Amino acid sequence: MAEPNVVLNNPGAGTPHEQDLIERVQRGQNELFYELVRPYERRVYAAALAILRNETDAEDVVQEAMLKALANIRQFRAEARFSTWLIQITVNEALMRRRRERTVVMEGIDDRRDEEGEYTPRDFADWREIPSEALERKEVRQKLADALATLDRKYREVFVLRDMEQLNIQETAEALGISVASVKTRLLRARLMLRDLLAGGWNQGWFSRLPFEKGTKPW
Amino acid sequence: MVNREAVTCQQVWQEISNYLEGDVDAGLRAAMDEHFRSCQRCKSVLEGTRNVISLYSDERMIEVPSGYGRRLERRLAQSARARTRGWSTWSAWLVPVAALVLIAGGVRIASSLTVPRPMLSQHAQPGRDIPPDMLVIVSEGAKDFHVAGCGVIHNKATARTITAKEAMQQGYVPCVRCLRKYVETAELRPASLESVADSYLDAEEDAKEGLRVSGH
Repeated sequence: MAEPNVVLNNPGAGTPHEQDLIERVQRGQNELFYELVRPYERRVYAAALAILRNETDAEDVVQEAMLKALANIRQFRAEARFSTWLIQITVNEALMRRRRERTVVMEGIDDRRDEEGEYTPRDFADWREIPSEALERKEVRQKLADALATLDRKYREVFVLRDMEQLNIQETAEALGISVASVKTRLLRARLMLRDLLAGGWNQGWFSRLPFEKGTKPW
Repeated sequence: MVNREAVTCQQVWQEISNYLEGDVDAGLRAAMDEHFRSCQRCKSVLEGTRNVISLYSDERMIEVPSGYGRRLERRLAQSARARTRGWSTWSAWLVPVAALVLIAGGVRIASSLTVPRPMLSQHAQPGRDIPPDMLVIVSEGAKDFHVAGCGVIHNKATARTITAKEAMQQGYVPCVRCLRKYVETAELRPASLESVADSYLDAEEDAKEGLRVSGH
């Protein structure tokens, strides 16, 4: 079997400490629940934000989702990853919230386009590696976040769940209620589009020119 | 050795995401590796895509609002206290009452917990190999359970999230649209084709019902 080229970190997953905390909360020590979810609190927020695109709604949904997770903690089974379980509950809550509030309408039109069509990369210049240390700079993080925000909803959601939340392909499909094939197609496109977006700016030296002149866009 | 010409640039771009997932077979992987050695354009696409994934997967990419963790902690603490308080207030009389109920109906309760309810739909497939811990959505008056995001969830106002195992125990059946892969295995039996078609019709009706409800 081929080795995956991308190593994804999953901090704290399934550690003995986490197992112990889960069992104690399952036995009724509810006050330990925050300690249990704290390592994942940022990730569940990012999942909710990717779907709702509103910070207040995302935070509210996370709180509701975590209360629901606490209420249902006895249904959690050890063979699943706890982080994945939390993210799936959060995604469920966020999708239900979005349906209720019908915020989807504005983005719905573009969503049926082009999914089957092949995507051709646009920028073939040699890739200049963006080192992970660059993420210490707020401007770099902002540029990456801006690029992600330009993707259509269906690409953004799949990319966030797979590449930021580190759900696997199957889990991503289940969380969003779409097929595995759709996840793969959308993921390919999301990754290639982001690469193009970042290459355009990066290769023109926006990293070295930081901070930017007001009003200019790097891509 | 696989010749570089075995894959075109276009094929490489279409498989590059699967390649990074480790989700291509050995022959294709070897052909792509060979291609990357001699095609600078595709190598640039590969390196960029890999770099993009590693950057976005970094925890530093997630920014949360100021005070977010503290507010979540407070909300969970309030809930934990409320649950404990609620229990101590009610438990004074709840325990003896519960004991009486258990004594009176112990056998019946035990059997109803272990035997699943019959399926709510006569026509649907029971579903196979559904992960019991998968979170699904059910709603009042509906027969099917769904994954979040399914377009035919009936009576959404009452939708709630439970596990697939609980849904099946409560008699719900998998939606033929969003959980199709779990019912398709049953299509191997010719006699079941008709009932699959019936459950599609059920889903259509649910969808129409949903539209009517949302039209209010």
